[in-house]
Amino acid sequence: MVRRRLGPAMIEFRSVTKQFPDGTVAVDSFDLVIPPRKTTVLVGSSGCGKTTLLRMINRMIDPTSGSILIDGEDTSGLAPVKLRRRIGYVMQNSGLLPHRKVIDNVATVPILNGVPKKDARARALELLDTVGLDRSLASKYPRQLSGGQQQRVGVARGLAADPNILLMDEPFGAVDPIVRAELQQETIRLQEGLGKTVVFVTHDIDEAFLLGHQVVILQKGGHIAQVGSPAEILANPANDFVASFVGADRGKRVLRIERVDGRDVVVDENGTPTGVLQP
Amino acid sequence: MNLLGEGIAWIVDPANYAGPQGWIVRMLEQLFYTFGAIAVAAVIAIPLGYLVGHTGRGRDIAVSLSGGFRALPSFGVIILLALGLGIGFKAPLLTFVIIAIPPILAGAYAGFEAVDRKTIDAARAMGMTEWQVMTRVEVPLGLPLLIGGVRSSALQVVATATLAAYVSGGALGVFIFQAFATRDYPQALGASVIVTALALALEGIFALIQKLVVPRGVVAKEPKDVRARAPRPRATTGIPVQEGK
Ligand SMILES: Nc1ncnc2c1ncn2[C@@H]1O[C@H](COP(=O)(O)OP(=O)(O)O)[C@@H](O)[C@H]1O
Ligand SMILES: [Mg+2]
Repeated sequence: MVRRRLGPAMIEFRSVTKQFPDGTVAVDSFDLVIPPRKTTVLVGSSGCGKTTLLRMINRMIDPTSGSILIDGEDTSGLAPVKLRRRIGYVMQNSGLLPHRKVIDNVATVPILNGVPKKDARARALELLDTVGLDRSLASKYPRQLSGGQQQRVGVARGLAADPNILLMDEPFGAVDPIVRAELQQETIRLQEGLGKTVVFVTHDIDEAFLLGHQVVILQKGGHIAQVGSPAEILANPANDFVASFVGADRGKRVLRIERVDGRDVVVDENGTPTGVLQP
Repeated sequence: MNLLGEGIAWIVDPANYAGPQGWIVRMLEQLFYTFGAIAVAAVIAIPLGYLVGHTGRGRDIAVSLSGGFRALPSFGVIILLALGLGIGFKAPLLTFVIIAIPPILAGAYAGFEAVDRKTIDAARAMGMTEWQVMTRVEVPLGLPLLIGGVRSSALQVVATATLAAYVSGGALGVFIFQAFATRDYPQALGASVIVTALALALEGIFALIQKLVVPRGVVAKEPKDVRARAPRPRATTGIPVQEGK
């Protein structure tokens, strides 16, 4: 297969609106530039339009008006099926095909793209390594795996066609906190290692700050409350909504310095020590 | 000899099973009706059911159509069709096709509807075409329900095929109608036993097929996780489920 050269994958929303047939305006003239090879996190409470925004990137949903550009190319001119095959998509419930073995789930998209089955499977095995899964799981069926393992397979599948964009919709929402923390670290490592443009959706601000180079705080209707790096947002919340959302007003993020034995110890709002300050 | 014994005696008598008028030939005719009707019904009902199941459109029509078909009295339909098509195998076969359609149609669309919407959504999001979503996801996952529909069609037709004899359509009903006319109860009983045995055999075969077509991952048991099996696993057995790195 001749692989067309993909660009760095900058994504641009230009005045994008989505109104569903029932009249719900899920996204209202949304503008955003998603920088290439970085992680952008869309964060906001349930129903604010995150999933709708994400699914407009791979044309699972078409905007009512406005346009979405990938490396300057308007996606409305691209065939949805082709577009989806070059964009990785990871969802909350992993969405694995229950009747296919792990290895075949991972190999699905390359095979759709015409890669010979043998090559696709060989690559799928490598991807299991990449996402930290034992190769012995290759011949298992999704139901035989734990939730965390299924999510890893979901990530491997998202990466299988070597897309330059990876869309992740609350991918770790349903796994327990310990596994989630592990998967988050894994995601950071993968993104840094592979240089993909990751668009990550979550309602968890801590997750957003952990993963995002750029964090987009959303309000109902996909209205942007603030865009910036986690540090920028913490240092300078744009308004009360943001301050409250990131927890700055409740002292959740307020740390104090206490002097103990001649060293500066950082304590949180409850006075619990969380670390020491280095000069 | 009791009646049942006389019925069995009738079955095993070579004079009754051999030759072009014997029950073996009649039984093959019964099977011809069954599989013929199912084949024709499948060609009509499966694509239709798949279309309804995949698009979600026309479901109400499909439901009321099947309901209406089911309510048709087979005997009346055979007579009515025979008036138009003449006596012989055509009218019964067409009737049996009509009987076979509703369960297959319902099995086809119910099979598709039973597939988790999230699975289908994921398939589409990966870049499967609608055709691929159908053939690679919905068809295999919906197969058990479809076979279930075929199974009930087969059972209904194999029993109802007995009526074919009423319009000179042959099959095992020949013996039964004849027997009632001549009050030959052993023959009536013998032929009924064969019909019943045939139905049971088909039931068994289809039950088996239905089991076989369940996709493996769907029946596959939970992980061989020693922790889940015994509260105190022996440390040396089994490979712990690989969760971390
Ligand atoms: N297919 C749909 N039809 C009608 N309304 C929808 C549809 N999908 C989403 N919505 C509505 O659009 C809004 C945004 O939904 P969504 O993007 O799923 O939010 P989020 O992912 O942030 O929870 C919600 O009010 C939701 O009810
Ligand atoms: Mg959502």
